[in-house]
Amino acid sequence: MSVPKPEDVTSILATDCGSTTTKAILIEKKGDEYRLIVRGEAPTTVEAPFEDVTKGVLNAVREVEELAGRKLLSGESILSKAEDGEGADIYISTSSAGGGLQMMVFGVVKAMTGESAQRAALGAGAIVMDVIASNDGRLPHEKIRRIRQLRPDMILLSGGIDGGTTAHVAELAELLSAADPKARLGAGYMLPVIYAGNVDARDIVSERLGEKTALVLTENIRPVLERENLQPARHRIHDLFMEHVMAHAPGYKKLMNWTPVPVMPTPAAVGKIIETIAREEGIQAIGVDIGGATTDVFSVFQTVFNRTVSANLGMSYSISNVLAEAGLENIMRWIPFRVEEKDLRNRIKNKMIRPTTIPQSLEELMIEQGIAREALRLAFEQHKSLAVGLKGVQQERTISDTFEQSSSGETLVDLRQLGMLVGSGGVLSHAPRRAQAAFMLIDGFLPECVTHLAVDSIFMMPQLGVLSEVHPKAATEVFKKDCLIHLGPCVAPIGAGKEGVECLQVRLEREEGAASEGKAAKAKGTTESLSLKFGQMAVLPLGVGERGRLVLNPSKGFDVGAGSGRSLETKVDGGVVGVVLDCRGRRPFQLPSNEGERVKKLSEWNAALNVYPERK
Amino acid sequence: MAHAYTPGVTVTARTRLVRERRLPLSGSVLVEEGSQVSAEQVVARTELPGNVQTVNVANILSLLPEDIGGALTKPIGSPLQKGEVFAMSSSFFGLFKSRCKSPVDGTLESASTITGQAILREPPIPVEVHAYLDGRVIERMEKEGVKVETEGSFIQGIFGIGGETWGEIKLLVSAGDEPLAVKSLDESCRDKILIGGSKVDSEFLTRAASLGVRGVVAGGIDDKDLRQFLGYDLGVAITGSEEKGISLIVTEGFGRMRMAEKTFSLLKSLEGKRASMSGATQIRAGVMRPEVIVAADGAGRSAGDTGSIFSASGLEVGGAIRVIREPHFGKLGKVVDLPSELRVLETEAKVRVLEVEFEDGSRATLPRANVEMIEG
Repeated sequence: MSVPKPEDVTSILATDCGSTTTKAILIEKKGDEYRLIVRGEAPTTVEAPFEDVTKGVLNAVREVEELAGRKLLSGESILSKAEDGEGADIYISTSSAGGGLQMMVFGVVKAMTGESAQRAALGAGAIVMDVIASNDGRLPHEKIRRIRQLRPDMILLSGGIDGGTTAHVAELAELLSAADPKARLGAGYMLPVIYAGNVDARDIVSERLGEKTALVLTENIRPVLERENLQPARHRIHDLFMEHVMAHAPGYKKLMNWTPVPVMPTPAAVGKIIETIAREEGIQAIGVDIGGATTDVFSVFQTVFNRTVSANLGMSYSISNVLAEAGLENIMRWIPFRVEEKDLRNRIKNKMIRPTTIPQSLEELMIEQGIAREALRLAFEQHKSLAVGLKGVQQERTISDTFEQSSSGETLVDLRQLGMLVGSGGVLSHAPRRAQAAFMLIDGFLPECVTHLAVDSIFMMPQLGVLSEVHPKAATEVFKKDCLIHLGPCVAPIGAGKEGVECLQVRLEREEGAASEGKAAKAKGTTESLSLKFGQMAVLPLGVGERGRLVLNPSKGFDVGAGSGRSLETKVDGGVVGVVLDCRGRRPFQLPSNEGERVKKLSEWNAALNVYPERK
Repeated sequence: MAHAYTPGVTVTARTRLVRERRLPLSGSVLVEEGSQVSAEQVVARTELPGNVQTVNVANILSLLPEDIGGALTKPIGSPLQKGEVFAMSSSFFGLFKSRCKSPVDGTLESASTITGQAILREPPIPVEVHAYLDGRVIERMEKEGVKVETEGSFIQGIFGIGGETWGEIKLLVSAGDEPLAVKSLDESCRDKILIGGSKVDSEFLTRAASLGVRGVVAGGIDDKDLRQFLGYDLGVAITGSEEKGISLIVTEGFGRMRMAEKTFSLLKSLEGKRASMSGATQIRAGVMRPEVIVAADGAGRSAGDTGSIFSASGLEVGGAIRVIREPHFGKLGKVVDLPSELRVLETEAKVRVLEVEFEDGSRATLPRANVEMIEG
């Protein structure tokens, strides 16, 4: 099956086989642009009693067929070519069913090739179960026991720069050989191992692992100390994911025959769309997907794409782990009322053991959203520590650097430069008020200066990610118009001051004639000014589709992107929430330590942003 | 044990149950198809390859890695005892000798001329799989294990810790709303599975474990007590490997929670009988709940009536339900209406709801996601 030329594509059918549901979307070309037509959903059928992923795909597509009034199926398969208003020109799919792709990675030095290998695997959409390195402090037999216990789907072995020492790589290969690991799925096949280290050690590695594992050799992920080359290893991971892991999952062989494009792991596809948007818009972007069990963070800074997955931070199955990792105090600090420790602990555990329940009272909703803030914060912390420049690289220093104590391996994440922050996952996408999603994103990530906020309303990013591989135009058009719900920009001056001191003067000039939706339309073409004190929050309406010019005048000691106390003028796009002005301070951001005062401030901010209905 | 996630747990007076008993690696199966087995009986056995130790021979003997082959005094594959010399080098015309000794009992598996390390493998670790249930072997999987079938009472809890165990059921309370008290523990509790009412705490569990109690089943536990007993904050509900010397099953949830009347009366009716119990819980896709199984007399030989007390079947008007989230957590009631349209909650979320009448006659509207069905 061949991929049709982009200009010949007028209809696209895409599915994402998640661990619980399979989601299908239909995109059609209307005039000159591509738009989402309908979406369907059905339970995923990887597990017993069905054990065939295509059943769930067909059910989801059947729903799309009914809603769109367009025939897409022919018996038990998908019509591959669009003719006479039937079928779709191309069918594509992603998958995270069956727990996704679970990998272990090996490197010689943990902070160097170990981290590079971790980045390669994460970027390919894997969950990294452990990083084994020559210097990770564990004894050889401890490492071997760990390799045996974990049973990964695949192993990425790296180590050394090209032409460097081979002894450490040989040692890792020997450890792996002694452990004789078995694959997670299907006892009958050999565990895929990718070697992406020092080219001089290839023979040594082949000798030790060639017979025991399904060994694949590829380019070194760290050919020289100063440069990473992750793409070849990522491609191999995708190939092996298709050949070994997917081919052993029930029904996937059939699914792979329906599509001319390889089935991509869901997180890899989400990363792809974030990368595409950042590139096309020329912005730095962060995406976050907070699920029941895991939270994924994607970022593109200085054109470098990074992804991390916090495997045990989530809002249902892993909710209790958020408490364990963040600590009770950090969760309590977001809750705008007094709650007993014992009560809060029991509530969180009860959600863990009954993960499908939903908050019924406002108090319960506030608690869940408080936990979400901490889950986002922790996932972002982990992301920042892995999305770093290369460590171990010697830097040229000039006399002007004498007083700057910068070291190699600093995080690439620069919130001052962040252009767009996109959130997805139930707690953000299904928050009863959009302002709640905006507020959770702001508190979790603490964006600085001016950042546009958005949520993916129906989690369409995976399908659009794989689509961006074959049809970037269609993918970006649908992403911008149908996938995102724009919340609006957030303005947050960097700096701290005393409560009540002058912090920021804002003037918003709304553009004339911009397309507009919602109540903010009335204000089109108007100008509004506001003066904020330190510790205050406010919102200026600027609706979806509207544009405006923001003139920001920060007080001395505060920076909105142009330097301390310097004015900034910038164009912004509106959203359902409007322009959020956050003068609570950054670097540091601090909540009052006194409980009474904290509750008072939280209530004040919630009221300013109209986050919650009034409590009865 | 694992199946698709459904809210609610099963409590059944009599049912047919099959449990797969599988080895982690292939080995030998010790029982025949059709044979009767008891819970503690070993049904399959294997040996896991021993742990591996590495010894840096080149470093110890001050040799280049490529030279260690000549220094080995024992051939590859030789059995070694702890302290036994397996490589040696001499210098100054044989005046000084360096020796490499085995740190463990095991076998010399390999020696690398690139890293200069020798790999020594410790003796295999025996692994045994018990029948877990009193019942009958209905399938023998050559080299892998067996399936054991039994008939009897089946009580699932909502959460548990600790692995599989078995013992006689003993009630320590007179009603489902009575908490377990430390003072009721004595020597007669040794090797028993104790049934409590509304709550168990850390002090009780610690004392029970030291007395040799096999397991505890109670309505609830405070998270604070669980943390104290485990010694850490439980992050993800994947349990079963805790080694606290006792297994625990909670039937209702966290906090003080009256054990559902039907669960309590079923357990009460089983007092003095031998039960198999597992605290292993996995709450994720493919959920696994902890369980108590009591084989009926003559289990594995005849089929009997089965009846479910709790189930996750569809909601209907008149059906009995239990609330599983605040507010009203734990309350029992009857469904009086199932409106088809979405309703707006206090949170402003639009969801499918039901109207319920509680035992005291009061009524409430609740999200359907926050209740579980009770039959009977």
